[in-house]
Amino acid sequence: MPTPAACEAAPPGATALGAAAARWRRHASRTLVFMVTLCVAIALLLSAFDGGGLGTKLIYSFAIGMSCVVVIDGTRLGFAALTDGLRRWRGLPASPSGFGSGWRGVVPAMLLCILIGPFVGIGIADRLTGNRSPSLFQLDSPATRVTLTLTVLGSLVSVFALSTLERLASARALAEAAQRQATEARLRLLESQLEPHMLFNTLANLRVLIGLDPPRAQAMLDRLNDYLRATLYASRAGHQTLAAEFDRVADYLALMGMRMGPRLQVGLDLPEALRARPVPPLLLQPLVENAIKHGLEPKVDGGRIDIRARREGAALRLEVRDTGLGLDAAPPALASAGGFGLQLVRDRLATLYGARAGLTLAPAGDAEGGTTATVRLPFDDRASG
Amino acid sequence: MNAPRCLIAEDEPLLAAGLRADLATLWPGLEVAAMVGDGARAVEQALALRPQVCFLDIRMPGRSGLDAAQALAEDWPDGVPFPLLVFVTAYDQYALQAFDAQAVDYLVKPVEPKRLAACVNRLQARLADRDGAADTLQRTLDQLRALLGTRTGQDDGAERLTVIQSQVGNLVHMVPVEDVIYFEAADKYLRVLTAEREHLIRMSLKELLPRLDAQAFWQVHRGTVVQARCIVSARRDDSGKVHLTLRGRTETVAASRLYAHRFRGL
Repeated sequence: MPTPAACEAAPPGATALGAAAARWRRHASRTLVFMVTLCVAIALLLSAFDGGGLGTKLIYSFAIGMSCVVVIDGTRLGFAALTDGLRRWRGLPASPSGFGSGWRGVVPAMLLCILIGPFVGIGIADRLTGNRSPSLFQLDSPATRVTLTLTVLGSLVSVFALSTLERLASARALAEAAQRQATEARLRLLESQLEPHMLFNTLANLRVLIGLDPPRAQAMLDRLNDYLRATLYASRAGHQTLAAEFDRVADYLALMGMRMGPRLQVGLDLPEALRARPVPPLLLQPLVENAIKHGLEPKVDGGRIDIRARREGAALRLEVRDTGLGLDAAPPALASAGGFGLQLVRDRLATLYGARAGLTLAPAGDAEGGTTATVRLPFDDRASG
Repeated sequence: MNAPRCLIAEDEPLLAAGLRADLATLWPGLEVAAMVGDGARAVEQALALRPQVCFLDIRMPGRSGLDAAQALAEDWPDGVPFPLLVFVTAYDQYALQAFDAQAVDYLVKPVEPKRLAACVNRLQARLADRDGAADTLQRTLDQLRALLGTRTGQDDGAERLTVIQSQVGNLVHMVPVEDVIYFEAADKYLRVLTAEREHLIRMSLKELLPRLDAQAFWQVHRGTVVQARCIVSARRDDSGKVHLTLRGRTETVAASRLYAHRFRGL
């Protein structure tokens, strides 16, 4: 008999079921296959042992099997609806596992199943066949014992197998979703770094430079080479030295310098003592790109970009400062492309150092104006060194 | 006819020099009247020098190539043939699709000599066709209307503006949008004019437009947006310029060539 609470909670249960319709269909088809196989097996087994007609055995076995399935899944659904209803009542979102949350109610479901399943099943089968089976309360009857044992074993095996299968399936679905998200993030990272506009403009400049100044064109081609290689492999390497990080930034800025001409001035300031410090590769790249793209490139007169590294007690401070348009000049642009770059840096810092690192973006705060992006990392980082 | 002259607007010096060198080989008769590195100077120099051809980079500091084209089309003096415009861009799928759809001349960077040669041939043919020269302006206006229309068509994402907050010292004026008669761009600010007074807000017309109801607020100039129900009359003067009289304001507001077609009698 279903509990009154489960009955009242039926409508929300229906919505929970609707939300997990695909999983429900998968579960239902698996349950059906299991039930049919088990019932046929039990009927064959019984008729082989006591020699009764296979037809009658099938009817009894199916009637009991079916009522067990109805009781177990009914109770589980009711339980899922109840938990979701309670969560909603407490103002929490519905359980992310949806219909699957009902597996927590599987123990009461099993008990109910053992109590109700055989009674209802035998009752139905008696109606269909016109037989009168002995009461199940006569535990001394061997037939009763066989029926109860088979019911308990059968439902235990099916519930264990089905719940394991479903758990595996949802774990696989979660893993696939995570994999997909990771791939998308990598693609977006690559796309933002290998921005086609930057690439084609750089190639266009190189094309002209080859005619005007071949040695300089060759030097620029080498820079482009290093920049592309670093960009393509950045997500795979763990750490590189700060000196190498500054070299990559210098490559990018040399290419931008070729494009922007006198509109771009560059200052790189890396103290000798900090050259060997390990940092995540291309950490500064999105910040430098933002400074160019949103600060200096759209400014008619251009300006300066200064990148400096300093030790501040237990912290390593990396600073990218430009004298460009400033933060309030480009809020819509920063919200899209630039916003992604900043988010990328923040995410990487959070993954690598947790709360011990951070990124701030602020107006430069002096007469020259512009923007300063500051990254703080732990100076001695044994954990990820 | 004198030797044709052109203007090159390109913010990257090497690319400007490269285009100039390639043009010198492919079109020796073309004189480069000016080379500028930003959109505002492109407009200023083109209006002053009146070249027959303008090469406009799309992405330039200050004012984009497209914005420069709009300003030229709006402010070009009457009776002077409008220059042939060629847009130059490195990579912009959407812009290129729109250019193709409107048969706009464009070059893709890096500019290949073969493509530049084809472009030069087209330009020379158009310049030679004296009758065609007259409707260059009309053709450009039609193209720009289509291009600008596609650019401002994406206003679903932005939140509708209902009240404008304008701060003066420590006082914030709350101006309901329906009380605004017109908006006018003024450098980095926007003038917001109601029947009673004028407010200044720190917002560009480009940021404002997607947040206004396009049915209620009409752009009539690159720097002016008018509430349609406040327009009393539109008067066309001898040179074809359109002046709008507005309910609640004594001054008139000019509608540019680009938007004057909205004020034709039915």
